Amino acid sequence: MIIQQVGMAGTLESSDITISIEPNGTKGIEIELKSTVENQFGNQIRKVILETLQGMGIEHAYVRANDKGALDCAIKARVMTAVSRVVDGDCRPWEAE
Amino acid sequence: MQKLRRTMLYVPGNNPGMIRDAHIYGADSIMIDLEDSVSLYEKDAARLLVYQALKTFDFGGIEVLVRVNPLNTPYGRDDFEAIVRAQPTAIRLPKTETADDVIEADELITEIEQKIGMEHGTIKLFAAVESGKGALNAAQIAVASKRLIGIAIGAEDFVTDLKTTRSPEGIELLTARSLILFAARAAGIAAVDTVYSDVNNEEGFASEVKLIKQLGFDGKSIINPRQIEIVNRIYTPTEAEIKKSKRIIEASLEAEAKGSGVISLDGKMIDRPIVERARRILDLAEAAKINVE
Repeated sequence: MIIQQVGMAGTLESSDITISIEPNGTKGIEIELKSTVENQFGNQIRKVILETLQGMGIEHAYVRANDKGALDCAIKARVMTAVSRVVDGDCRPWEAE
Repeated sequence: MQKLRRTMLYVPGNNPGMIRDAHIYGADSIMIDLEDSVSLYEKDAARLLVYQALKTFDFGGIEVLVRVNPLNTPYGRDDFEAIVRAQPTAIRLPKTETADDVIEADELITEIEQKIGMEHGTIKLFAAVESGKGALNAAQIAVASKRLIGIAIGAEDFVTDLKTTRSPEGIELLTARSLILFAARAAGIAAVDTVYSDVNNEEGFASEVKLIKQLGFDGKSIINPRQIEIVNRIYTPTEAEIKKSKRIIEASLEAEAKGSGVISLDGKMIDRPIVERARRILDLAEAAKINVE
């Protein structure tokens, strides 16, 4: 799946994360992360974002993430929503899992 | 012991923090909402968040329901598809007007259960009546599916449908509450009352809880954890009620041991309904963490 537009999801509430997913040519997946828990959980947040994108068949994307202490399931949900908003809304990740 | 539903706490479906914490306040059930508390632009986000949350969080054994969007909206079908897979206790159907609404939901759940290899009947249903038509059809709605575990009244939409507003006394809801309660009792399922939106009016809330308890409702939908304690206090039996109930149950066990169909206590005959009421009082006492042994 190729990202051709910008898709966003999430809020700036505590325990949530905003995810913006943008086209990134053929440069793979790059993640720009801001997090209130960067030191402890930065690597884990990046890993969840990366694995979720890969699971959805995304190979190239630029991701801006602003985390306010989201748990893995919320990160995953927000990434899935951002992607589904870019791929014409006919994306049903629960069917693929 | 029958499942108690004194309090069903609403949780907005697009707020990860609230979903994560919802089970810690002591409500009997939590009801994660994809309908009215989620804007039209966030329906997709809430659906995926609730799906992921249900698959991840341990809610400590508490009953979890998800209120989906109606099937006649663009969101309803996807809500069912995602939420059945995430396996809450039940799906709550909003704006239920006819038995066919329940049957349609039942059939869709069956289809999804089959598709994913889930045992038939795993996902239960809870119907909410929110219109005059729904109230008149409550008896048919309550028996429309074996999945149905309860029926609730949603007052805000209901009073709008009736072209009135909510009063402190709730006179405008009396007929609908009664119809829904009768329907639930006839079907052997739970009856749950509507929310009380003014969280700061504790006196008004308590007065409404006393009313619905007296009418016979199992409990109340609530929108704030602060309301839990008030409902539980009102639903907790008095010491005298508990003592009397214990004696009634003891007398019934004694009669049963003797093989006698007649139960008597202090020279008076005890009917079956009295025994049943005594059991419910002890259940409520246990739920309030009162030692009834």
